[in-house]
Amino acid sequence: MLCPNQTRRSLLLTTLAAGAFLAANRFAAAQEDQPGSSDRPKKGDLLVVSEGERAGDVIKPDDLKLGDPPLHAWPKDPETSVVRNGSRLNEILIIRLDLAELDEETRSRSAEGIVAYSAICTHAGCSVTGWLKSETGDKDVLKCFCHNSEFDPRERAEVVFGPAPRRLPALPLAIADGSLTITATFVGKVGAQQPG
Amino acid sequence: MTRKQWLLSGCVAFTTLISTAAVAGPIENYSPVTQARLENPEPGNWMLYRRTYDGQGYSPLQQIHTQNVKSLMPVWTFSTGVIEGHEAPPIVNNGVMFVTTPMGQVIALDAKSGEEYWRYKRSLPEDLFQLHPTNRGVGLWQDKLYLATTDDHLVALDAKTGKVVWDTKVQDYKKGQYLTLMPLVVDGKVIVGGSGGEFGVRGYIAAYDANSGKELWRTFTIPGPGEPSHDTWTGDDWKTGGGSAWMTGNYDKDTKTIYWGVGNAAPWPGDAHPGDNLYTTSVLGLDPETGKIKAHFQYHQNDSWDWDEVEAPMLVDLQRDGRSVKSLIHPGRNAIFWILERKPDKISYVAGWPYVYTDVWKGIEPESGKPIVDPAHKPVVGKRVEFCPSLWGGKDWPSAAYSQKTKYVYVPAMENTCGGFSGEKVALVPGQLWLGTKPEDIGLTIRPGGKHIGELQAWDPATGKKVWSHTFPKSQLFGSVLATAGDLVFVGGTNDRYFRAFDAKGGELLWEQKTNSGIMGMPVSYEVDGTQYIAIQSGWGVDAQRIQDALATQNVGVENNVPQGGVVWVFAVKK
Repeated sequence: MLCPNQTRRSLLLTTLAAGAFLAANRFAAAQEDQPGSSDRPKKGDLLVVSEGERAGDVIKPDDLKLGDPPLHAWPKDPETSVVRNGSRLNEILIIRLDLAELDEETRSRSAEGIVAYSAICTHAGCSVTGWLKSETGDKDVLKCFCHNSEFDPRERAEVVFGPAPRRLPALPLAIADGSLTITATFVGKVGAQQPG
Repeated sequence: MTRKQWLLSGCVAFTTLISTAAVAGPIENYSPVTQARLENPEPGNWMLYRRTYDGQGYSPLQQIHTQNVKSLMPVWTFSTGVIEGHEAPPIVNNGVMFVTTPMGQVIALDAKSGEEYWRYKRSLPEDLFQLHPTNRGVGLWQDKLYLATTDDHLVALDAKTGKVVWDTKVQDYKKGQYLTLMPLVVDGKVIVGGSGGEFGVRGYIAAYDANSGKELWRTFTIPGPGEPSHDTWTGDDWKTGGGSAWMTGNYDKDTKTIYWGVGNAAPWPGDAHPGDNLYTTSVLGLDPETGKIKAHFQYHQNDSWDWDEVEAPMLVDLQRDGRSVKSLIHPGRNAIFWILERKPDKISYVAGWPYVYTDVWKGIEPESGKPIVDPAHKPVVGKRVEFCPSLWGGKDWPSAAYSQKTKYVYVPAMENTCGGFSGEKVALVPGQLWLGTKPEDIGLTIRPGGKHIGELQAWDPATGKKVWSHTFPKSQLFGSVLATAGDLVFVGGTNDRYFRAFDAKGGELLWEQKTNSGIMGMPVSYEVDGTQYIAIQSGWGVDAQRIQDALATQNVGVENNVPQGGVVWVFAVKK
């Protein structure tokens, strides 16, 4: 229940606490042995909720509200119904943003202001789980708590703080038959980049 | 000249340069490492994590001393090409240096010239989650090196070529298990302890055959059903209770006992795992032949602060209260400076006192050595609790040193820090962080009125008196300490990128050198062809960076601008 005097901070914590509880079921439906479950997302894949009571449900545009934190998702092959959750490199963050705030490149990959990015930090491969005010500005950004890297999803998920060397790979989206659909493979290399 | 001719000319010139300038290739006349050499290392070598099995971090070399240290100059540097925290001591065996870097690299260098012999690069899995991308060095035995990796393998390399001899999986990185420590080698056994306390693992220490890589024994730091002290846990908490063991142990060759520090209980809030929770936040004495636990001492019960006590205590023969004490000395992360007595089958409390400000402890029970907790500052589920020092403690893993000349202990302390978090009950997901709080809720603040943060302290363990200290108003101190027979103490650890030398007796700052990055690694000293060198890796990252990020938000004038990127620095006195 949202109390009238609830602060933004307590609201955020409440939201995250719920998220953490839901995360318990994230891998409950893992299908590591199924062919294709470790393949990277492909053109035509659907997106399904990766955690919580709705895990496995196909994501529709109305599932994402402006101002909500990112939804965690897996790609799903619509032909074989295999959910590609065999590799954590397939973890995806989906969020609805104000279309007017998106730069041209981000807008071109979005569907009604909904954008998708890899959930794996490009610095050391940790999971990007935070959505909160940036260290360097007033806007909420995607944050990796391992080493404090921050990414602005309105601008191609470019790095705005921390040691990450490059942006989060983007996943172009469209809406087909009322569901979010992936229109191309990741733009950029997923995961941390090993030196040398 | 055609383009093809031009290319050929270039290739010929390049080949000529290669043949005359580089020394890359196998190391000739490599000195095999034996148990006798590890037990009594030559003064000019640094072959164990803290040079000697007693963990003192002391070099008997004295060519560089208080009178000439002002003439200390860089003689060579070497860029590792890697970012993140460079924590490893440069290991030196008769003129050959081995450095390790984050991302599982080992580089063999000529310790005199800095020329590279070979480089090993671990191919890490693409899906690896590196909460702590670092490494603390290679262990040595005969003609092999031993690297513990963040994808949880133990790898033996040919010291002369860098080629893999064997590669053994220790645990499953996908479940949050990983390794960052320098293996301890005792009598042909390569001993490691696992990381992963943030992922709800059950910690362990394990030994492997140096020649074959076969596992010889594995001792869990949390006893299972039927084992002694299992009753210090409730229900199934022991299965996920933490107790990681991610720092190198020390070794008493007389009693054949290894002493190994054990980390925090998991998840962090104490009421999430009721009981004393042995052997978390303890030191264990183990038989290196079997892994059997011979003795233990728990620095605090029911850990609730993420206070890993993983730095192994130093073995020091101490004169105290009119008697000789075979002591274990440990400036704890829990803010208490511990002096314990080690006997073959027992570890006893001798003395303890706070060496930085703490509001968590009301005192220490004189017989048992158990600290008395103030419940107001003990984190629990369901509310926010503040405590001092912060979760990084009075001193995190960076090592203190003991000088056999001054008889003082030199502590890289963090003073005036406090922290807090809101405990919450969270279900464990294998491979995901499991802290018992939200990462964004972890606080680090400077205590009101606190005038400094980092503090290099010199303590006389015989009397419990602080002899001198050097304070750093605008920086944490997050780097290991080296003491030398030249009456010098070397340390980096500050966000201004300096490497410094102090007078071991009086604490006067005698020399400093600004380096490429911040130093969170361990200084060493060695000798080649009659010249004493000081070596250090400069490369900021991991928790030094985390603390830096937090301090930068505290409006205490700390700039958050410490560049990353590793460089090996080697110094000698200009002749």
